[in-house]
Amino acid sequence: MEDEVKLMKGNEAIAHAAIRYGADGYFGYPITPQSEIMETLMDEKPWETTGMVVLQAESEVSAINMVYGGAACGKRVMTSSSSPGISLKQEGISYMAGAELPALIVNVMRGGPGLGTIQPSQADYFQTVKGGGHGDYRLITLAPASVQEMADHVALGFDLAFKYNNPAMILADGVIGQMMEKVILPEQKPRKTEEEIRKEQPWATLGKTHGRKPNIITSLELDPAVMEQNNIRFQQKYNQIEENEVIYEELLCDDAEYLIVAFGSTARISQTTVELARKEGIKVGLFRPITLWPFPKKKLKAYSEKVKGILTVELNAGQMVEDVKLAVECKIPVNFYGRLGGIVPTPDEVLDELKKLL
Amino acid sequence: MNTLEIIKPENLVYGKPRLMNDNPMHYCPGCSHGVIHKLIAEVIEEMGMEEQTIGIAPVGCAVFAYNYLDIDWQEAAHGRAPALATAVKRLNPDKMVFTYQGDGDLAAIGTAETIHACNRGENIVIVFVNNAIYGMTGGQMAPTTLLGMSTATCPHGRNVELNGYPLKISDLLAQLDGTCLVTRQAVHTAAAVKKAKKMLRKAFENSMSHKGTSIVEFVSTCASGWKMSPDQSNKWMVENMFPKYPLGDLKDI
Amino acid sequence: MKHEIIIAGFGGQGVLSMGKILAYSGLMEDKEVAWFPSYGPEQRGGTANVTVILSDDKISSPVLHRFDIAIILNQPSLEKFESRVKSGGILIYDGNGITAPPTRKDIRIFHIDAMNTAVNEGNAKAFNMIVLGGMLKIEPMVTMESVMKGLKKSLPERHHKLLPMNEKAILRGMEIIEEI
Repeated sequence: MEDEVKLMKGNEAIAHAAIRYGADGYFGYPITPQSEIMETLMDEKPWETTGMVVLQAESEVSAINMVYGGAACGKRVMTSSSSPGISLKQEGISYMAGAELPALIVNVMRGGPGLGTIQPSQADYFQTVKGGGHGDYRLITLAPASVQEMADHVALGFDLAFKYNNPAMILADGVIGQMMEKVILPEQKPRKTEEEIRKEQPWATLGKTHGRKPNIITSLELDPAVMEQNNIRFQQKYNQIEENEVIYEELLCDDAEYLIVAFGSTARISQTTVELARKEGIKVGLFRPITLWPFPKKKLKAYSEKVKGILTVELNAGQMVEDVKLAVECKIPVNFYGRLGGIVPTPDEVLDELKKLL
Repeated sequence: MNTLEIIKPENLVYGKPRLMNDNPMHYCPGCSHGVIHKLIAEVIEEMGMEEQTIGIAPVGCAVFAYNYLDIDWQEAAHGRAPALATAVKRLNPDKMVFTYQGDGDLAAIGTAETIHACNRGENIVIVFVNNAIYGMTGGQMAPTTLLGMSTATCPHGRNVELNGYPLKISDLLAQLDGTCLVTRQAVHTAAAVKKAKKMLRKAFENSMSHKGTSIVEFVSTCASGWKMSPDQSNKWMVENMFPKYPLGDLKDI
Repeated sequence: MKHEIIIAGFGGQGVLSMGKILAYSGLMEDKEVAWFPSYGPEQRGGTANVTVILSDDKISSPVLHRFDIAIILNQPSLEKFESRVKSGGILIYDGNGITAPPTRKDIRIFHIDAMNTAVNEGNAKAFNMIVLGGMLKIEPMVTMESVMKGLKKSLPERHHKLLPMNEKAILRGMEIIEEI
């Protein structure tokens, strides 16, 4: 038991889970509050065991482009950063979406705008699910709420990325990255062999063998008619993801008259709020989107027929709340409570806000 | 000889390398890119590495390099080719990996990626085409534009106060411990082409024997951007570019 | 059973590692545990605090407003956290550097002369273990055996020779803690 259950930070869990997933490479640049990801990888020296490459790049821009290069070879590659660094990575993310490359990107969010603060925040929700980089694209977005989910979402993120040939992001924040909890790490999987990659990712640029045509990974297409077709194909893929890959969690929602909608660390905080409120006889449930894109809009719409009102809680000035309002089509009141700039609310604070909705 | 006789195999005096396909090139007449592409194709072919080679195309005139050489290619964002190549080579140490970059790509927007890939001694080849101008975007100033030379964004000539000095980036890269070969070549004469090919081959061999980063700079022309005929361009290059960017090996260890 | 604890003091006092050892001790007893640090550029001399939760049930929020136990190791932390101890809860403080001692009447207040003891006994580094021992005397939420196992788990192997010294410090803390 002792060997299976470990105690570690969310950031450390990401690193260990990546090695165990059989990831081929990590390329990063230090930034608080996620530096433990690369530190743990460097300490573990996976290049001596699984053969995973770990490299500290000269910048976030370079790191994401290394990910592009690795992904274009069909390799399981990833990077991680925090908000200001993720802004720098938007170039590469857009290019990967355009070239239809799978990769995993981790954002352990901190407060902005600008250099902002190093304290926890969820203010990159818009950047992540509404675009971030240029062009019409979508980023598969997972929002872990525990150290266990930090570990689990590595495999989930890679699997979804490779299923759809699209980058995926783990959108965590300083609370989830820095806290230590119990975690059970996945079993060690072997890295894919070159033959396996050639078979499963026939588009990979690994050298033009067996008389096949050259593989070219590019997002460039100067003919607008062809580029429109490319975009239509992307949108069809995004529709498919929205249809098939929505994940959420419901806590005490069955008999709920009110819902708190929150993701990541604020969902954890709101979980205690729900417990406190239930003790006072308030029938409230917690609805936690785990995929922020695709957003669980159908499920929320269904709740708009059942509950009297929703409180959305975020570490920002009100971002996901827009998607909640769109989902319930303004049929019921949707209130918002957020703290800004790195301040994290306590469950009591959220309870006070909940009571305003009653 | 009539046409039919001329094309008989035994009368062949010159053929294009097998790796070069029949796609019509978009390069302007007199442009150096075509010859440099051909040299790369020949070297890969002669080394028997066509199944193991991955090229990284830049943003700039050579953005479509992947349309002309039948190998696997990745198209990089502007300036980022050395970052892509770093990952490709580290994840596939037995492959032959090269970037193909222009002066704006390599020495302006991608300076950080270039210097740090070289400083880490990545076992890649960087082919650097320096024609002192941005060709694709319409003849704007490059970091390597000569003083006094006029371009779309320095129409009155490059001026030190406004634009600083032409960047001799290969000289800088030769100072880094990670580079094993830094050479400056040209393809304006048959002799130059022969010499350049020899150095290009050496660069690719270095990458396979993991000696470090090899940079082959080609001082080149841009007849359209320079607003000259191809012939004038070559003359202008010899008279003006070579004094600033003299040909030869800056480092070969 | 659930214990919600805040440990607060200066960086360099071993605040975070004390919390870590406590969390590992809970892990040894198969409890649910959460360890959430204040983090930032502060290093030695800055303020540092960590929330530790040990619970028999799944832990919801790792971020808390009120605590069952506050372990206070400097004046700024006392000012910040005294009011946030639950009524009937416990506040333990080291008098070193405390200019205005705690005043609440609805909580139990304990004093531990850990810093002076550690320095006088030539073992300033074991200061945090003395404090931990004091707390375990008042609220034995984990057994001594689990603490030693937890210590072993949280310390890198090269420091395992320090285990007996740490054990001594914990036992010393149990002796010197006093209720005010």
